[in-house]
Formats: sequence, C-alpha cells, structure tokens
Amino acid sequence: MAIYKEKDSQKAPIETKGVVFWVKNNLFSTPLDIVMTLMGISILLLIIPPFIQWAYIDANFIGETREDCTNDGACWVFVKMKMDLFMYGFYPKAELWRLQSALLLFIVMITSLKLLKSTKLKFASFSLYFIIAFVLIHGGMFGLEIVNTDKWGGLMLTIIIAAVGIIFSFPIGVVIAFGRASNLPVIKSICVTYVEFIRGVPLITILFMSSVILPLFFPESITFDKLFRALIGITLFQAAYVAETIRGGLQSIPAGQYEAADAIGLSYWQKMLLVILPQALKVAIPNLVGIFISLFQDTTLILIIGLFDILAMVRITSADSNWLGLETEGYVFVTFVFWVFCYGMSKYSSRLEKQFDTNLK
Amino acid sequence: MVSALKNQKVRGVLFQILAVVSLVAFLWYIGLNTAHNIEKRGIKTGFEFLNSTAGFGIDETPIAYTEADTHGRVFLVGLSNTLIISLVGIIFATILGLLIGVLRLSNNWLIRKMAASYIDIFRNIPILLQILFWYNVVIKALPMPKQSIEIMNNIFLNNRGLYIPQPDFNSTTISILVSLCFALFLIFFIKKWSRKRQKETGEIFPVLLVSLAIFTLLPMIAYFIGGANLNFNVPVLQGFNFKGGKAISPEFLALTFALVVYTATFIAEAVRSGIEAVSKEQKEAATSIGLTSYQSLKLVVLPQAIRIAIPPTINQYLNLIKNSSLATAIGYPEIVTLFSGTSLNQVGQAIEIIAITMLVYLVISLTVSAILNWFNHKIKIKET
Repeated sequence: MAIYKEKDSQKAPIETKGVVFWVKNNLFSTPLDIVMTLMGISILLLIIPPFIQWAYIDANFIGETREDCTNDGACWVFVKMKMDLFMYGFYPKAELWRLQSALLLFIVMITSLKLLKSTKLKFASFSLYFIIAFVLIHGGMFGLEIVNTDKWGGLMLTIIIAAVGIIFSFPIGVVIAFGRASNLPVIKSICVTYVEFIRGVPLITILFMSSVILPLFFPESITFDKLFRALIGITLFQAAYVAETIRGGLQSIPAGQYEAADAIGLSYWQKMLLVILPQALKVAIPNLVGIFISLFQDTTLILIIGLFDILAMVRITSADSNWLGLETEGYVFVTFVFWVFCYGMSKYSSRLEKQFDTNLK
Repeated sequence: MVSALKNQKVRGVLFQILAVVSLVAFLWYIGLNTAHNIEKRGIKTGFEFLNSTAGFGIDETPIAYTEADTHGRVFLVGLSNTLIISLVGIIFATILGLLIGVLRLSNNWLIRKMAASYIDIFRNIPILLQILFWYNVVIKALPMPKQSIEIMNNIFLNNRGLYIPQPDFNSTTISILVSLCFALFLIFFIKKWSRKRQKETGEIFPVLLVSLAIFTLLPMIAYFIGGANLNFNVPVLQGFNFKGGKAISPEFLALTFALVVYTATFIAEAVRSGIEAVSKEQKEAATSIGLTSYQSLKLVVLPQAIRIAIPPTINQYLNLIKNSSLATAIGYPEIVTLFSGTSLNQVGQAIEIIAITMLVYLVISLTVSAILNWFNHKIKIKET
C-alpha cells in the first residue's frame, strides 16, 4: 500500500492587485514592453506639453484686437471676434435672432420626439420643425426679410447641408435598396448601375457635375440656386451609400420573413415597410450612423465649388488685414468643432450597436 | 382584364415597362434640353479639344510635357499623378495601418491607449480639413531653404518641399532592379516547391530565411555585376533653393501625409477586427497540437484574420484613390485639378471633361472591385 506524504502547502500567489502590480504588468512586463512604454511617454511629452503651452498657458483670451495678443501662444481673441462668421457666415447681423430661435426650436423638437408617444405626432413635429426652420432661416414670409442662400455660411451651412442630405438621402436610399433586392430584373439592374456608378466616382466629380452640368439639363427658365445644386449632388451621392448599407441589413433577413408576410396577404409595400425594413434597419443603423458621419465630413467639399462652410471661413477670416497670419488658430478651432461632432456621433453609434444587439447567443 | 392586373407576374412586367419608359423619357428630356442649351451658349461638342494645344505649364510632370502639348497629354499627366499619389498613399497607409492595428491590441496599456486615441482623433476630422491643415499650417511653418531641416546630411526639408538623393540611372541601378524582380520570382517558386514537398514528405523548408537571404544576396551580386557604380545625385543648396536630387513638392507631401494618416485609421480598425475575430479557441487548439507561438500565428491566426481584414482594407484603398481628388483644393496637379480644373476652364466642354474624369475613377474602382471579388473567391475557406 502506497503511503502518501502530506505536501507543504503552496505559497500564496503574488499580489495580483494594486497600483504596483498593475504598472508592472501593463507597462513594464518584458524588456520590449519597457522600451515601448518609454517611447510612448517620450512621444506624448513631445506633443502634449508644447500644445497645451501654445493653446492654453501662453494663449490670449482677453481683448478685442490683434494688438491684445501679446503672448507667444494662440490668439483665441481672433476666433472669439470672428465667432459670428464661423457660426453663421455672412448672415446679416440684425437677423441672427432667427437662426438662434431656429436652434432653440430644434431643442424643443428633440424633446417633443422624446415625450410624444404616437409615431404620427412625432413625424408631424419633425416635419413641422423643418418647415418653420426653413421659413425662419430663408425668410420671405410673415414679414421676414429674405436672406439669400449666398449669405448662408459657417457651421450653420455645414449643419443644414448635412441635415438635408441625411433626410432626403434616406428615403431615396431605402427605395434603391428595395429595388436592388427585388426580383424584377430591369428594376434591379437600374438600381445596381446607379449604386455602383456613384460609389465608383469621387464626390468632388459629382459636385462638379451638379454645379456645372445640371443647369444644362433643364430649360433656361428653370434656374437653380448654387446651394440647391450642391444639395442635389450630395443627396444623390449619399443615397447610393445609404442604399448599400440598407442592402446589408436586408441580406440579414431570412427568407422565412418574406414568405410569412406573403402568406398573411400583405402587399409588396406593406411587407417591405412593416415587416422587412424595421428588422433590416435594426441591423443597419450602426453602419448608417457611420455613413452619416462621413456625410458630415464630406460637407467640407462644398468649399471647392465656392460655398462658404465653416472650413471655408478659415480662409476668409484669416484674409482680414487686421488679423493676418492667424490661420493656425482658425484651423485648430474648426478641427475641434468637427472632431466634437464626429466623435460624438461615433460614440452614439457604438452605443446603438450595443442597444440593438438582440442576437441571442 | 382586372384579374390580369392582379396577377403578380403581369404587374411586375407592367411596372418594369413603366420604369423603363419613364427613365427613357427623362433622359430624352434632359438630352433635348442639353442640346438646346449647348447650342445657345455656343459650347463646342465632341472630343476634338483633346488634340488642341493646352498652353499652360504644369509643375510636376512624371511624363514629358511642354506647354505646346495637347489637352490629351494634360489628361495623361493628370492620370499619372493620380496613380502615383494613390500608389504611394496605399503603400504608406498599409504600413501605418498595420502598425497601429497591431499596437491597438498590444498588452502594453499605454501603447494600446495611444493607438486607440490616434484612431479616434484622426478618423473624426474631415480629410479635406487635414489636407488643408498640413498644407497651410504645418508645411508653411517649416523653415526657408537656407535654414532647412537636415536629415542625415543628405535629406533636406523646408517650406518648398522635401529634397532627397536620387540614384543615377546607369548599368548598376538597372542590374539591381532586374535582380530584385528575379528574386521575387525565385521566392515565389521556392514557396510553391516547398509547399509541395511538405505535402509529400512532411518536411518543412525554412522559406522565410532562404527568401531573406535571396533578397539581400542577389542585389549585392547584381551590384558588382553591374559595374559597382552606384552614384547618388545629392541635393545641394544653390542660391535660394536646392538643385539636384529628387524634389518632392509641398503639395505632394501634404496630400500624401493627410491621405496616409486618415486612411491608416480605417485600415488599423480592419486589421484589429480581423485579428479579434479569430476565436480564442483557435489559438488554444493550435497550442494544444504543439505548434509554437510563431507557427500558430502564421498557420492558424493570420490566415483567418487576413480573410476578414482584406476586403475592408481594399475598400479603404478605393476611398484613398477617390480622396486623392481633393488635391484640387491645394493644387497638386492630378486629374481633377488639371483636367476638370484648368483644361475645363480653357475649353469649356464640361460634359465631356467631367464624363472622362468620372470614367477614369469608375474604371479604377471597377478594376479594384473585380480583383477583390476574385481574391475573395480564391481565399474562401473550402469546406469539403
């Protein structure tokens, strides 16, 4: 009979908690790790302190003229004094209250969307807002002076173009995606051609086309506003990408869903809008937000065809002879604005992705 | 009649006929209007303009060009610049993207967070803004030629561009280039042969080591065969600027830099999701059958990760090519700047010129997606 000797009890594991352990394990675990950490720290030291020095410690915040920028750092006075241009472009100063009330109403509209229960009321509030906002911004009714679109600019124009692009490209994109998924060969090939054509060419060529060639397509009696032409180009461009994203969602719907909808006697549009689309959208929404982020970024291209979005304002404001040589401040400010918007949207999309993830594993 | 309308097939056919008729009618309407407008404004039509003299100078001409050349030649200059910037951009974006994507999964907390911040910062800034920023802020802030930043005594960076030494084109350079091509062929065949041998005998041939040896030894031998005469044309400061060597314009620098930095964020995400998608069990299984960590990476993880990462990466290449058209904002002479810009202003035939430009991008895109489809089909895991 074998005799088993009792073994010594093992030592307790080395501390697996605490700051020291964490630092050792996550920053200095191997020689290569140490080198990488040190390199990382030196890169950060090279970039961040000088930037903070320039943008904050040595920066000028107080004052109203170029002469007030006495420190070495950034001259934020410039951005402060030109804020109206960056935000609203050349919109007449006396009428700015109209833009501000449109912004205020936007918050009211968003709250109403949260509070209202019925989809019809939500839709009504949504559409009503855009009519009111258009009347407020453009004028020409209720005694409001007309402000032509060539006066529109800055961040306001960027947001208007992005919003119009999103709202109009969405339904067009849905219809094209349906067309691409349909089993009617002619419809399908028209939609495929459209999507592949638009996705194959850069947005700038589409914008050139809509700004230079589009007026040739219609009788001279029909004239298009420059902004309107840009909007047509952007919407048609974006619709192809929306269609492609929704197609991805449609492909994830099993055939049984289509058959079940047919079996209970729904018409084509009832089937697609009530059964298929809601499920497809759930899959496609995170990617759709991604598409809309790139649409927001793409709005900057309108400066190439001569509209004045917030990026174009950098060139305009820094050409002011009183404020020469402050392009850097302008670019940094605009970069910050874009980054906040896009980063916010991308965080929102990753939250949606988690929220919609109903995949039961 | 009514029952025929309720038949789904009949309705489908009717609907399609309706769609085609309205599309044709719309195009007809546009065509009539366009013909009328063009005639009224006195715009010429046809492609005659491609043979007319352009008469303007171009700063960067990879192919021979003088002011006396035609608009057709301008088109070719623009096209070659587009292809050059796309190729350079794709190479560097791939390297940077791979690096950031791998660092994003590093065990080192600091490095991981830095890679993640890089992605979060640069993919959320519009590419056009980045191009303008590098061009108008960073490159303008570089010193004048006389105070150039010197790198290793032979490379000079200033606000007029980057100046690098260029090897003279002689028998040595040719023989080295030929030997590199030959080395690639040789490696390809060694790989094929070793795979066959491994299947038959189970013996493993050290392909990587042998390839590296071939890749270094062959050009060295070629250097001596070609006359051992490798001469570099080094840039020298003369008067107000550098002469000699290869000059890279500020426009090219800004555009490449912005395209690389922006596209690399997306490639890094593709690489990361590819590697993350390979399940942990796969790695454990590889370890349990006794593969070393290098073997498990090479034979198990990477083949699966690449299948997932390559399609989005190629889409990013396409985006890079299309984004290179934004060069028009800073005046780098590629196809949109030259052809849809300067030539269009001179000739005025918007329809023809924009159609040609679109066609170029369309051909590039369709070619790349055809390659992608072929590749996807080829690498599909065949379960038999």
